[in-house]
Amino acid sequence: MSATTMWALLPVLVVVFGFALRQHPARVVLVAALSAGWVGGLGVLGLLETLGSSFLNVRYLLVIVLALPVIAQVEAHGLRGLARRLISAWRGARPGRLLIGYLAVRQISAALGLTSLGGHAPMVRPLIAPMAEAAAEQEAGGMDEAEQQRLRALSAATDNVGLFFGEDLFLAFGAVLLMQAFFSDRGIELSPLEIALWGIPTAILAFIIHAARLLWRDRMRRARPC
Amino acid sequence: MLTPLYILLGAYFALIAWRAAADQTRPAGYARAAFFAILAILFIFGDLLAPAIAGVLVLALAVIAGFALPQQTALIPSAERAGQLRLLAPVLVIPVITIVLTLSLPYLKIGGIEFTKASGALYGLAIACILALALALRITDERPSSALARGGDLLEAIGWAVLLPLLLAVLGTLFAKAGVGDALAQAIGRVLPLDVRWVAVLAYGLGMALLTMAMGNAFAAFPVIAGGIGMPYLVSVHGADPAPLAAIGMLSGYCGTLLTPMAANFNLVPVALLDLKDRNAVIRAQLPTALPLLAANLILLGLLCFR
Repeated sequence: MSATTMWALLPVLVVVFGFALRQHPARVVLVAALSAGWVGGLGVLGLLETLGSSFLNVRYLLVIVLALPVIAQVEAHGLRGLARRLISAWRGARPGRLLIGYLAVRQISAALGLTSLGGHAPMVRPLIAPMAEAAAEQEAGGMDEAEQQRLRALSAATDNVGLFFGEDLFLAFGAVLLMQAFFSDRGIELSPLEIALWGIPTAILAFIIHAARLLWRDRMRRARPC
Repeated sequence: MLTPLYILLGAYFALIAWRAAADQTRPAGYARAAFFAILAILFIFGDLLAPAIAGVLVLALAVIAGFALPQQTALIPSAERAGQLRLLAPVLVIPVITIVLTLSLPYLKIGGIEFTKASGALYGLAIACILALALALRITDERPSSALARGGDLLEAIGWAVLLPLLLAVLGTLFAKAGVGDALAQAIGRVLPLDVRWVAVLAYGLGMALLTMAMGNAFAAFPVIAGGIGMPYLVSVHGADPAPLAAIGMLSGYCGTLLTPMAANFNLVPVALLDLKDRNAVIRAQLPTALPLLAANLILLGLLCFR
């Protein structure tokens, strides 16, 4: 392999080692960006222009910030406490069962193109995580801080799994259209329906694997000596 | 087309910057003020700035985020009273109105603005948030300033993590320009005997996951791996069916998304939002799902592409 192609891997190594060595993410990005500009031969001006224009193009990622005043306001008036109280009224509540329900709702709604029904800021933080925590408090032995941290992470993970392996089944989803365009450029015509249908086996397996983990979690907690 | 939305966001960032500068009781007041002021400039005047100037500002943001901003502080109060049931309404209003507007805006034309699917979804979300805020203020009987201040506190507590998805998207673009993906695909092609069918299947599926981990985005990895391994080897040499090859290949990439800090808005932002001590906690929670699923995808690729 030529030396230039080898060099092109340098920014990836920066990212891998930077994150592996637990460096501050912003510093990792900074060094990786500078090294990518260097091996890509962009020059100082080219690097700055790429940084600027690509940043301006992805500003839409922060629109979700507009939800924060709403969430913060209702949280200040006891939303998280309310979420906990609702769960304590459900005697059979278990964190795993609850998250399986959320996984199903998230995955099915994403498959119908309704990806905004969920998310970490609007759903997981104010509702799903406190509900999972309240359900864990009903388990024998209650919930210590480590378990609380694990459940919060698991709540966020469940949102991601549901979203990722649901949205790909939606015909008008960007990824489906991207795949169609890619093959169409190379003289192979695929229909969006065909691509979306072949995503179904993986989507079902994703649900089964993640749901099994959640059930397993409930079972292990129940079996735990206390 | 999204400019009004960006000006609204920029105004909010400017407000937060002003609050941070005025309140010197908390640490790193000027750094926090500068961070949000620069963000405000990029959002309000972004379309007018020369790209290189915007680039300088982005570098400044990254430097402030990496060296001057404090690590995040506690975000979630430990004990809380339970509020009334109607507090749920604003939270549920956000997705419901977003969905209704996302589906309807592309067919409407309001004040001469035409919406596409993408901009309709973003305007839908923004309008839903504003309506939900009005409802939340009505329910809690408070003035807008208190909600904006609380939202600002929350945003400040999330701190630099709020910027990461954007920085990492920028890095993905730089990676593409530097030819990182092609280099990785070439390296795989050189090292492995891709004329053996199962080797090519493994290289395709694992390559999709690995490159997604490096770039933070399966969309960026797909054309590289499908173009470097999928078309020339699996379709042309081995006669794979392209439809399952595409779908399951992309989903193998998604398994990579679950495993990488480069996908910051999915894996790092929730760490800040949920007050997690371990920065990799969400990735750790996803690992036992992602790895078996990736293995299952490799088997599915082998079975479904060659029926």
